[in-house]
Amino acid sequence: MFTFWLSVVVLVLVGAALIYALVRFRSRPSDKGIPKQVHGSVLIEAIWTTLPVIIIIMIAIPTVRAIFETESRFEPTEDDIVVNVMGHQWWWSFEYPDLGIVTANELRFPVDRRLVLNVDSADVLHSFWVPRLGGKIDLIPGQDNRLWLNSNEVGEFYGHCAELCLGAHAYMRFRVFADTPEDFDAWAEAFQQAQVPELAAQAPAAPAQSELVQQGEALFAQKGCIACHNVSGYLTEGVRTGTPNYPDLTNFGLRETVAAAVMANTPENLAAWLSDPQAIKPGNYMPTLWAADDPNREEEIAAVAAYLLSLGVTDPESGEDLAMGGAN
Amino acid sequence: MASASASAPGLLGRPTGTRGISSWITTVDHKRLGILYLVTSFIFLLAGSIEAGLIRAQLALPEQQLVSPDFFNQLFTMHGLTMVFLAIMPMGIGLANYFVPLGIGARDLAFPRLNSFGYWIYALSGIMIYTSIFLGGAPDVGWVAYAPLTSLSANPGNGVDFYMIGLAINGIGTLVTAMNLIVTIVNFRAPGMTYMRMPLFAWMMFITSFLIIFAFPPLTIALVQIVFDRSFNFVFYVTQAGGMPILWQHLFWIFGHPEVYIIILPAFGVISEIIPTFSRKPLFGYPIMVLSGIFIGFMGFAVWSHHMFTTGLGPVANAVFSITSFIIGIPTGIKVFNWIATLWGGHIRFTVSLMYAIAFLVTFVLGGITGIMVAVAPFDQQVHDTYFVVAHFHYVMGGGALLTFLGAAHYWIPKMSGRMLSERLGKWAFWFLVPGFHIIFFPQHLMGLVGMPRRIQTYEANIGLDFFNLASSIGAGVMGIGLVLFLITLVQGLLRGKPAGDDPWDGRTLEWATTSPPPAYGFHVVPKILDRDPLWVLKHPEMLEGGHYQGDLAAEAADDEEFESFHMPGASWMPFMTALSIVMGGYGVLYQNWFLALLALALLIFFVFAWAFEGLGGEHYTVRKATGEIVSVEGGH
Repeated sequence: MFTFWLSVVVLVLVGAALIYALVRFRSRPSDKGIPKQVHGSVLIEAIWTTLPVIIIIMIAIPTVRAIFETESRFEPTEDDIVVNVMGHQWWWSFEYPDLGIVTANELRFPVDRRLVLNVDSADVLHSFWVPRLGGKIDLIPGQDNRLWLNSNEVGEFYGHCAELCLGAHAYMRFRVFADTPEDFDAWAEAFQQAQVPELAAQAPAAPAQSELVQQGEALFAQKGCIACHNVSGYLTEGVRTGTPNYPDLTNFGLRETVAAAVMANTPENLAAWLSDPQAIKPGNYMPTLWAADDPNREEEIAAVAAYLLSLGVTDPESGEDLAMGGAN
Repeated sequence: MASASASAPGLLGRPTGTRGISSWITTVDHKRLGILYLVTSFIFLLAGSIEAGLIRAQLALPEQQLVSPDFFNQLFTMHGLTMVFLAIMPMGIGLANYFVPLGIGARDLAFPRLNSFGYWIYALSGIMIYTSIFLGGAPDVGWVAYAPLTSLSANPGNGVDFYMIGLAINGIGTLVTAMNLIVTIVNFRAPGMTYMRMPLFAWMMFITSFLIIFAFPPLTIALVQIVFDRSFNFVFYVTQAGGMPILWQHLFWIFGHPEVYIIILPAFGVISEIIPTFSRKPLFGYPIMVLSGIFIGFMGFAVWSHHMFTTGLGPVANAVFSITSFIIGIPTGIKVFNWIATLWGGHIRFTVSLMYAIAFLVTFVLGGITGIMVAVAPFDQQVHDTYFVVAHFHYVMGGGALLTFLGAAHYWIPKMSGRMLSERLGKWAFWFLVPGFHIIFFPQHLMGLVGMPRRIQTYEANIGLDFFNLASSIGAGVMGIGLVLFLITLVQGLLRGKPAGDDPWDGRTLEWATTSPPPAYGFHVVPKILDRDPLWVLKHPEMLEGGHYQGDLAAEAADDEEFESFHMPGASWMPFMTALSIVMGGYGVLYQNWFLALLALALLIFFVFAWAFEGLGGEHYTVRKATGEIVSVEGGH
């Protein structure tokens, strides 16, 4: 801020001098002869060499201080929320190693606690950036980079990949939610019950599923979704399906967005995404699984969407509301 | 003019024609090559502007799909490559080609055929890069081409190969031209033209040439590494095999930051010629203007990591590079103050050239201030890779260098063509170009602050970006109209312009002492250099009493029987053929067609030998010193 106002002052002074010179010394018909041929002035030049030096020193001191405050290496403490961020073309994997959670494209953390992000990339360069929470950090394959953020107010923040990664780079978005500690704990518990085998064993029995959801669950395997995507607890608790190279869909019903934060996670949007991923996010790797003339297409897509939206939602009656409104 | 009498001995005769296309291909005249540079770079400028127009059309409204993401990536990559390597940098070099020898009183560059070779390498490699559009798609990795996006696994198409091989070849031309300028400036200054009497433009080109020599090798190394990775399965940047992608960024920016000064220092030189002429005052603080140029050039090699503040270099590196970047602000600020001081107390004539110079000052000060802001590492981590940075460097390179070169066109085309450009039309173009420029780029600062990353093909509606993007796109239309008007000004002036005469602006430097356009040999007789403003003191001898010169002009006037003789080089096919062989070899490597590559190598060796043994050619002139009358012209042997 200080730098900004200093810049404004410099700009105004230089601008004023320029305008004054242009107006005052414009060529007039009354001008006689040749203007005085001034070659320079040691004093004046010494002054305007020294002034910028002083200004630079005034800017440099707070800059260096801020750099060391924000970038010095530190060991995360028990109080910090540590997340391992892995960038992929064109989505984000978020792993909470201390909590046993792996999710994609939506990052949650409690307010007033430091969020420590260890970032890496699975393919090309990406850059993790949440404009309203702080600066960005590049995801460079094979290099351990770290960024920390915090928020003292509850809120939803937009994130975006800030380093060209071709294809669907423009759609490589994500959301960050700063939750109240209670909401965060509830969300974490829902994940742990799906993903941590010993905690899953204590989970309440799964609620009875509607026929549509059961059909969707079967299609999830038949259509080959499980070849790429993990849904912890799919068929056998604690077994992972898919590969880490594609977004983890565990508790997908708790997500607020679909397709790397490109649109809200509603049954309609999800169905649109499943039926033609390239139309929504050109260049991405998600295949179109239903042929355009497949007679069962709409019905099957609705079933898969219903299944995905049921994941992690404990009360199927109000499932849609939960999916729309998030964990809070 | 008498033509060469006997054909020179040699492997192949040297061409002697002075008309037609072949005379332009074979010319070694620094002025004709300068014109070729300027025309070619202007054509590339138009191509780059069309690409920019398509980019702004795609981004005018949110969530548009006018162009596909792939094509969009190609557009901004080609826009960056074109403007930096094929348009703005060669414009500076073209002006240098024409006006450095004239400004220092030399009759040509030191190595005329090398100069021709440099131009043809530039033109042919530029065409080569553009052929990629028709041969499977242009490069799509941004002009910075960060590894590992350029690896074969991430980018199997051959656009990247065109980038790497095309630029590697392009660099050869830039390097030889830089060396040529240095040798010329060191050795070919007219008697009395000491270093500290050189025109500031020549000084800035002298510094620029050294920057080129030190900056291009790291780029070439990086380019060759990628070629080896992609063509011969090397693993410099293959991360799965332990390659370090960050190394590309270091090599690229060790070149890339000096490149900014390679582009802007010639513009500083032009401004330092235009402002004194139209204020009718000498440049204020000439020595410190020279020194600050040298200091900027030197520091240009100590700031590259400020492009890498978000790559996790750690606090020590980021603090050091923040500070070195601040330091560059000091000499740059001094230059701006000195230009204003030059205007101060003058009789300022508001010609189109001066208007561009003022537009440069305003734009450059704004770009300089945002430059200091992005040098603050924590601030840069916020705006890095956003439209704020896009706005910043367009203010410096577009508003700084490009607008200056448009002003240079109004200033120097009367000398080059003998015809004036219309001031009235020029002002129309100016009032579209300059406001259009600011309408495009000022809102981009705000987009960046809102959070719009660079290089995205589309953006979400209603998140605070719609208005700024639309404004920016409208600005692009306004600037486009300006560019068309500028083109009309050029054509109208060149065809119908009023005769310029030798010295239309009441100039101060040596180029205004010869005819417009100058003869092939530059000057009949190079005037005696008595001052930093050699022509000015000839027009106003009373000014010499100020202590710069104690001699007696009249007493030194040449005797009627004193003659000066000099040799002007003959034209040659060899530079063009050599350049053509190199580009042919480039295609050979690109398509891994080793027959073509080896054939090109054989041709290259042949033409280099032919170059060496083709004989002297050219003409010997003898002129009478007192009158400048040509006494005799003889063919060279």
